[in-house]
Amino acid sequence: MENENIIEIKNLNKWYGDFHVLKDINLNVKKGEIIVVCGPSGSGKSTMIRCINYLEQFQEGSIVVDGIDVVDDVKKIKSLREDVAMVFQHFNLFPHLSIKDNLTLSPIWVKKQPKKDATATAMKYLERVGIADQADKYPNQLSGGQQQRVAIARSLCKNPNVMLFDEPTSALDPEMVSEVLDVMVELAQEGRTMICVTHEMGFAKKVADRVIFMDAGQIVEENTPNEFFENPESDRLKLFLDQILSH
Amino acid sequence: MAIYQEKQARVAPSGSKGIVHWLKDNLFSSPTNTVLTILGILFLYSIIPPFVQWAYTDATFTGDSRAQCTGDGACWTFVKMKMDMFMYGFYPEDQVWRLQTGIGLFIFVIASFKFLKSTKLKILILNLYFFIAFVLVNGGLFGLEHIPTDKWGGLMLTIVVAAVGIVCSFPIGIIIAFGRASNLPIIKSVCITYVEFIRGVPLITILFMSSIILPLFFPEGMTFDKLLRALIGITLFQAAYVAEIIRGGLQSISSGQYEAADAIGLSYWQKMLLVILPQALKVAIPNLVGAFISLLQDTTLVLIIGLFDLLAMVRITAADSNWLGMETEGYVFVTFVFWAFCYGMSRYSQKLEKQFDTNLN
Repeated sequence: MENENIIEIKNLNKWYGDFHVLKDINLNVKKGEIIVVCGPSGSGKSTMIRCINYLEQFQEGSIVVDGIDVVDDVKKIKSLREDVAMVFQHFNLFPHLSIKDNLTLSPIWVKKQPKKDATATAMKYLERVGIADQADKYPNQLSGGQQQRVAIARSLCKNPNVMLFDEPTSALDPEMVSEVLDVMVELAQEGRTMICVTHEMGFAKKVADRVIFMDAGQIVEENTPNEFFENPESDRLKLFLDQILSH
Repeated sequence: MAIYQEKQARVAPSGSKGIVHWLKDNLFSSPTNTVLTILGILFLYSIIPPFVQWAYTDATFTGDSRAQCTGDGACWTFVKMKMDMFMYGFYPEDQVWRLQTGIGLFIFVIASFKFLKSTKLKILILNLYFFIAFVLVNGGLFGLEHIPTDKWGGLMLTIVVAAVGIVCSFPIGIIIAFGRASNLPIIKSVCITYVEFIRGVPLITILFMSSIILPLFFPEGMTFDKLLRALIGITLFQAAYVAEIIRGGLQSISSGQYEAADAIGLSYWQKMLLVILPQALKVAIPNLVGAFISLLQDTTLVLIIGLFDLLAMVRITAADSNWLGMETEGYVFVTFVFWAFCYGMSRYSQKLEKQFDTNLN
């Protein structure tokens, strides 16, 4: 069980029109592994993780998540999305619903849980991310950092096996980054499988099992955090690390 | 290096608030504005006092015949005596209680909504109300005498046409808007064709088509109520406009909302109805209410296919030989009634906007 792959991506290719955005991506992720993906903008890293929960369709290759084939099939996509949660760069909370209702929407409508149970679960996760006292407010009344923590709590509500983070801290004011990263570190230490697209190198060093560098739609280099930062092999990674670490 | 002391807030300087300041700022800020203000006041002065004199000071309110109207002003006695016609048209007088019960029930239902929390219950009550109201107005069930639709008229007909138009066009409009925003090419083109066809045709044409041309296609002997045909025409017409307004609302929703709804596992209809539509409607409220206000006013067009709404009643009542030449009073009264309804709707829309505003602290 320990070494079982929970995500298997094989020869994934994707085009936007004529633009070849993902080129022969191969990636296996073990259960409980924490993967950090980085790379310059436009390198396809977001597109890759969005393929994993089928927010993006792809033309070639295959993805298997927890035994589920990611293909255009309503039932499979439904069970896939019950298993895989995603946290977005711009939080994407539902502004017309209170924080509590944001969290209970999916459990009530998708899992058909009774409202009472869903609310109890929601409060438990809001407690975890430290915003239980804001449960009756609306998203736009919260700061960016708080909103992102709510978004993380929302994705936790279905108790997913895999969590995808799409640049969760890039839209935040600098003083709010750490509150979100703290929550993510806690989750990582719990043993959940996580794939994070992020440029927070401190986070990568602290919790990642592997760091992946993507450029121009390809995986260029992957390594343990130590090797990745201390001994980058490819010139592109060296340049990239120079650029983001020079300040 | 320097360190600065914390500063205390001060009171704003005098002369920057208060009524004198407001007048100076808004009405007399420059010579041009001063001239415009004075001209405006003169204009209002030349319009309002004569109207008040005609409509109130010199007007007659009492009596029951034209002979009592001796003053120079308006003869409101006419409106008073013909009130039943304005309100209920040719609806049999001894059955008018049914309409009054319907109005009473409506007020009761709206009042009860203030105390009810459950949306499901509200929808149930509303549906029940529509059924009861239909039975009350139309009759034919529970021992109530059937009143054919050619007896319906006046304000009651105006409200029936407007209410049915609004209530029925709304869901149809939503479906068409969804269809137009969908990725399925056939559904999409059907919806686009529908909207573009309806919007290219004036309402009068649609009313004529529904009342004159449509029956030609029916088999011999098959009749279809004239009012029902008009209602279908108006609903289909309004649905196209509602669809376009809601489409505008849908376009204001960021793709992130769709993605988040997908990512938490909602199905297409759950996503659209629970996440996208509520936000789109909120954006669309001002335009939707605008469209519904136009619809209320457009109901006056049913006159041309032989239905007598509130406006048409003016001509009919003023054709009474006892009250010849009373159109002015009639039109002023009808204008006021329309204004009251439209203003009410517009206020209600402002209230809704505030209610759904979740950006305030």
